[in-house]
Amino acid sequence: MSAMNSDALSHLAEPDNPQAGGHLTPAQAIANLQGQDLGLRVYAAWWLGRFRVSLPEAIDQLIIALEDEADQTGAGGYPLRRNAARALGKLGDCRAVPALIQALSCSDFYVREAVAQALEMLGDAASIPPLMALLQNQIPGTLPAPEPPHLEQPFDAILEALGTLKATEAAPLIHPFLNHEVPRVRFSAARSLYQLAPTEAAAQSFGDQLIQELNNDDLQLRRAVLADLGAIGYLPAAEAIAQTLAENSLKLIALKGLLEKQLQGSTPPQLSKAAIQVMDLMDELL
Amino acid sequence: MNSSSIHPLIQAVDGADSGASLLAAVEALAAARLEASIPTLIAVLGYNNPGAAVAAVDGLVALGEPAVRPLLDKLDGYNYGARAWAVRALAGIGDPRGLDILVDALQSDFAMSVRRAAARGLGTLHWHRLSPEELEPSQGQALDALLQGTQDPEWIVRYAAVVGLQGLAAALPETQSQRLTEIQIQLQTLAQEDEHLTVQARTWLAQQQLQIATN
Repeated sequence: MSAMNSDALSHLAEPDNPQAGGHLTPAQAIANLQGQDLGLRVYAAWWLGRFRVSLPEAIDQLIIALEDEADQTGAGGYPLRRNAARALGKLGDCRAVPALIQALSCSDFYVREAVAQALEMLGDAASIPPLMALLQNQIPGTLPAPEPPHLEQPFDAILEALGTLKATEAAPLIHPFLNHEVPRVRFSAARSLYQLAPTEAAAQSFGDQLIQELNNDDLQLRRAVLADLGAIGYLPAAEAIAQTLAENSLKLIALKGLLEKQLQGSTPPQLSKAAIQVMDLMDELL
Repeated sequence: MNSSSIHPLIQAVDGADSGASLLAAVEALAAARLEASIPTLIAVLGYNNPGAAVAAVDGLVALGEPAVRPLLDKLDGYNYGARAWAVRALAGIGDPRGLDILVDALQSDFAMSVRRAAARGLGTLHWHRLSPEELEPSQGQALDALLQGTQDPEWIVRYAAVVGLQGLAAALPETQSQRLTEIQIQLQTLAQEDEHLTVQARTWLAQQQLQIATN
């Protein structure tokens, strides 16, 4: 496998040698993260996130790993930093925010992608200005994605983070991305603007744009839109999701997103009519 | 359509030279709703073409009972993929002869989509086709498998197991109130403890609908 290929694969979240971690404990994983064996370090970073080890030492060591120089692929990627960023997002400790913001200037595209997603999960408004700067390509030293179409920035992750962070001030910057040449980026812009819209009517137009894309000819894109609609929990999409030509598993996950959004507004075990309708659709897809 | 006009449809499936032409041919064959199409539809389950397999499963489910024996007879010779699709077909048809296959799939299939389909199928079996002597042990088998399914690591399988339990509870004869109680206790636990809100919500719905049914 060429360096380029291994770099392309190594941004995937799950390491390919899980047997290495069969007997890991939190203490061992934290120790491995500081060890010499690069494979064990990368795996330990993933493991701490996967098993939600939010001990202060784990956070400290993951923050240090965000600046690691030892683990670098031939193509210039930093797999350990990517895994450390993903883990910090899952662990929910906002102490990591300043270090993550710093890592938005990493040369590795996939580190920046993982960091944007982590900042989205941590939900700290301090990340909004640097994410807006990255969206406008104003952070020096960043290299584009190693694969076509060689995007300059992980725009989809940045747009989604700004939406989740309720960064209404970013909306004017996000609008042009509705016309981006990469469909996935357009969807992320619509998803983000849906979350940032000042009124329900305005939000609906973005949600409806996503519904239209459920008819896209490309299965990969239909799958992506399913995930977007599930993430925003857009109720009017329920029927269209159920009818989409894609795997039932993915449609069920999207409908779960709609259902849980509905449930936020009700007191258990009360169920709104809409919630019951979504479950009826889910039952048919089992 | 009569059975002589089905041959071109079967030939179209056998002669398909692309994924798209295979899908179109299987859909046309399935739409004919003729028992003569069963062997061909079953063969399609092993073609490793998900779109065509979905169409074949739909066709077999629509044909119902006549497809059950041929599906069961071929089961041992299936590769994994074909077996998973056959489980889906049997779950959709609901014939109690598929009970052992569905129980086994829910307990041990490694694909969550198969466990999910099996759980749903166990709740919609056509119990009235069984003699009174067969009914009790068969429902006991389904109940045990579904209760176990509510502990599955995947939320969607637990969701499907709740749907299955609701279906089974509604089908229990009055003499089986002990089993109904067992189901209600398990639903009550899930309603409070499942870590996914969606599974909890489906459990609330099952409780409400069972309540309406028993009042």
